[in-house]
Amino acid sequence: MPKQFERSNEEQVPDGPMISLRDLRVSYDGREILHGINFDVQRGETLVILGGSGSGKSTLLRTLVGLEIPSSGEVWIRGKNFVAISDAERDEIRKKLGMSFQGGALFGSMTVGENVALPLREHTKLEEPTVEIMVRLKLDQVGLSGFEDFLPSQLSGGMKKRAAVARALAMDPEILFFDEPSAGLDPIIAAGIDQLILELKKAFHMTIIVVTHELASAFLIADRMVLINKGDLVASGTVAEMQNSKHPRVRQFLDRVPEPAVAQELDYLQMLTEPSSKAGEGRQGKSR
Amino acid sequence: MDFLQATGSAFTDGLAYLGSLATLAGRAAYFTFIGPFQGKPLRLRRAIGQAMETGVRALPILSLITFFIGLILALQAAYELRRFGAMSYVASAVALSMTRELGPLITAVIVIGRSGSAFAAELGTMKVTEEIDALETMAINPVSFLVAPKFMAMVLMLPCLTIWANFMGILGGSLFGVLQADFTFQRYITASLDALFLRDVVTGLIKSFMFGITITAVGCHEGLATGGGAEQVGRSTTRAVVMSIFLVILVDLVFTMLFYFLGEH
Repeated sequence: MPKQFERSNEEQVPDGPMISLRDLRVSYDGREILHGINFDVQRGETLVILGGSGSGKSTLLRTLVGLEIPSSGEVWIRGKNFVAISDAERDEIRKKLGMSFQGGALFGSMTVGENVALPLREHTKLEEPTVEIMVRLKLDQVGLSGFEDFLPSQLSGGMKKRAAVARALAMDPEILFFDEPSAGLDPIIAAGIDQLILELKKAFHMTIIVVTHELASAFLIADRMVLINKGDLVASGTVAEMQNSKHPRVRQFLDRVPEPAVAQELDYLQMLTEPSSKAGEGRQGKSR
Repeated sequence: MDFLQATGSAFTDGLAYLGSLATLAGRAAYFTFIGPFQGKPLRLRRAIGQAMETGVRALPILSLITFFIGLILALQAAYELRRFGAMSYVASAVALSMTRELGPLITAVIVIGRSGSAFAAELGTMKVTEEIDALETMAINPVSFLVAPKFMAMVLMLPCLTIWANFMGILGGSLFGVLQADFTFQRYITASLDALFLRDVVTGLIKSFMFGITITAVGCHEGLATGGGAEQVGRSTTRAVVMSIFLVILVDLVFTMLFYFLGEH
């Protein structure tokens, strides 16, 4: 069976792409969120998945790490179809993945050190002193040395994110996923997180997938970008290709043009500030 | 027709709910009893922490409440018994109703309030903050890591707490016995122990063991089924408490009936 897969998907040999999506569809309660997504991510590449709120980009990321089960299609990770393998095999692949969640998702009842040590204690037979050294090393990598004994609730938003990255790095993953790394952070802290991603990429040649809608951050860290809109992949390309793209959706997203419906709302707001406008009365009623 | 349809779908929903509880309890039992022999970790440290929380820390309030319940039972029994001049039966009445029914039940209700709700709130919050997802992406099974230790703690601690509750209830009854029914403390205790058969205690403990499984399954299931948002955590917690009380009473009924018919032969 695996041989068959290899033949029909030649790119799946180990030096092929790290991640390959084939006509991926995901549905919630009968409503399709992703309508047939295809793309590849090469080894060592940083891919940024762009998209507005509700575009399905977070669902896409969750599907990539196996938290959502696709209704159809294939998710190839490290040469294995993530959808069609056994739970045990999926867990084996997951040990090679690291995920940094939007809110950090650190375990509140454990210290930062215990959080980082958890995957090591669960999946390796390392001696306790070694685990402690590893934890210190990982925290050092993200600039949090000395915070082992802090509880997540004692950390600031940016520090929580960093601690979450340290935990994601604990098992020396080959692929690192970030869900909205700079969401809810001030620009300086967000820039620090971007810097951290760049450093990880440079130092470990990791494959990195970042979901974001922060354009500045996306342009800084991406090798390649894909834009998801209403569950469809509308464009993909290098940073330069995206910047020069003529695709209306890409232009709208990159140039930050509001949706027509939203534009009308803005008109309405303008009308409120100019009460003499005649058209305003009709719209006012409608809006309510 | 609509009524039939509504009844039918409520019934199937109920069955599906019981099914998912049984599945969760089964998986927790697997990770407790079978998993360790297949190289999966037995999370003893986490289980001990849970046992402290659900068991040991419940002792003060449980003692107080079951002492009062014992006293109330003695008063209620004496109310009738004194008309027949049968006050000496107060001790056996209290001992029997505590060990067979009220000990296990009151303990379960207190544990639902303290721990069943806490399970739902804890797992619900973890669900909302993506901590459960984080466990899965780290290839750590949430049932093994979170539910199994609670399961272990509960099935161990609830019978222990029930024994303690029975004892405190009898102690509560003895207060009335000594002050109002001409018992000495020793005679009251002897009368209580004489009234009890091993069967009474054991059936109570079997029930409390089943209550422990029920409370863990409902609390954890509700927590894991939490949707997004803090409001949902509150709703899961409420549902966990209401469903646990209902199901504990249901389990109680089923087992009491079972023991009744088994006892006939």
